[in-house]
Amino acid sequence: MILAVAAGVLALAAFWFLTVPQTVAAGTLPPHTPDLANGRTMFIVGGCASCHAVPKQADRTRLGGGLALHSTFGTFYVPNISPDPKDGIGAWSEAQFVTAMLKGTSPTGEHLYPAFPYTSYQRMRLDDVRDLFAYLKTLPPVAGKVRAHDLPFPFNIRRAVGLWKLLYLDGKPFEPDPAQSPQWNRGAYLVNGPAHCAECHSPRNVLGAVVVSERFSGGPNPTGQGGVPNITQAKLADWSVADIAETLASGMTPDADRVGGEMVDVVRNTSQLSPADREAMAVYIKSLHPIPSP
Amino acid sequence: MKRGFWLAGVAAILVASATSAVIAQTDPIKERMKLMKENNDNAKIVVAMIRGQAPFDAAKVDAAFAQWAETAQKLPGLFPDNSKTGEKTRAAPKIWETKADFDAKAAAFGKAVAENRDKAKASLDGLKLALGAVGKTCDNCHEDYRLSRR
Repeated sequence: MILAVAAGVLALAAFWFLTVPQTVAAGTLPPHTPDLANGRTMFIVGGCASCHAVPKQADRTRLGGGLALHSTFGTFYVPNISPDPKDGIGAWSEAQFVTAMLKGTSPTGEHLYPAFPYTSYQRMRLDDVRDLFAYLKTLPPVAGKVRAHDLPFPFNIRRAVGLWKLLYLDGKPFEPDPAQSPQWNRGAYLVNGPAHCAECHSPRNVLGAVVVSERFSGGPNPTGQGGVPNITQAKLADWSVADIAETLASGMTPDADRVGGEMVDVVRNTSQLSPADREAMAVYIKSLHPIPSP
Repeated sequence: MKRGFWLAGVAAILVASATSAVIAQTDPIKERMKLMKENNDNAKIVVAMIRGQAPFDAAKVDAAFAQWAETAQKLPGLFPDNSKTGEKTRAAPKIWETKADFDAKAAAFGKAVAENRDKAKASLDGLKLALGAVGKTCDNCHEDYRLSRR
């Protein structure tokens, strides 16, 4: 009996220790002068507005949140990330924002759910994250706190996300491949980091993590209906780099069809990028090794 | 005898057309897939002009807009409650949850087609602008109501 209790206490202590939310301390951030234009680029390529803009209104800079994201784990309600000091991120420090983006930890020291794609954002360069924060601060504050997520047990235990992070959050920034061109590396960075393409264009396992060996091969739609296309060369062999760049620019596919579903809103973002960044993304996507869709 | 043969022919045509009318009514999934396929076929024709792969042809542009107008007009009637699944349909279940919004988006497509038809026929530059405007209405509907596939 005593042994069982002791084992239980030990297990709890181990759980507590293993699931401590990681943070980035303010003192570790070197001096930085924000580049607002780059921050805007990160805002666009990151697709922040697609989830955080107030739904059913046209202004993509009003980041009051509120969108319901339905998933197999429950319904997430996207938070307010406008600069409102009370309901948004207006009172956050830069280090707190960097912590949320790179570590998936909130200013109150809780784990954020990976519906917020920090699994991709962790690859971002520190300077890009800081520029994004500076840009977000220039947007209009929107009042109104968003309701709490609606998640059944056990997914409502935030602390357990720490175990998930042990498995699926490696904390590694993007590493350029010296054997590839600067253009390919820029594309690889954008696609895998801020643009977080793989978050939808990949299958996920039972714990909701992207299956690494099948990255970019498409999957069921996370919202539960239909699918997300395979964007490896198994599916896009007939597409040229220019075709991919054109789709990101206008939403039109080579066969004169148009993208649908959530990709429509992605194109509302990518259409605002520079042609050079779209082409870099296209060069990288064109290089993705063919992985068949099951 | 000759006249009997003729009458039989008329009867056969009548039966055939009645049958196809029944098919059209009982198979809305096939009907709407056919319309969307034709939409895309016509899009290919006009997009080839924009991409410089085919010469600008006002008659073909007009024919494309005519067919799109027909699709916009027929579409709202092709989603009865018994047509939610089958034939590999990509129609999202949400269509039947917010049918009024779906119908409004089909109407917006029809409106954009009507308003941009003359401009599109007039010149290649006009066609480019017109397609942009029409394409937005395609996207606004597909965003919520057309499922993608892996």
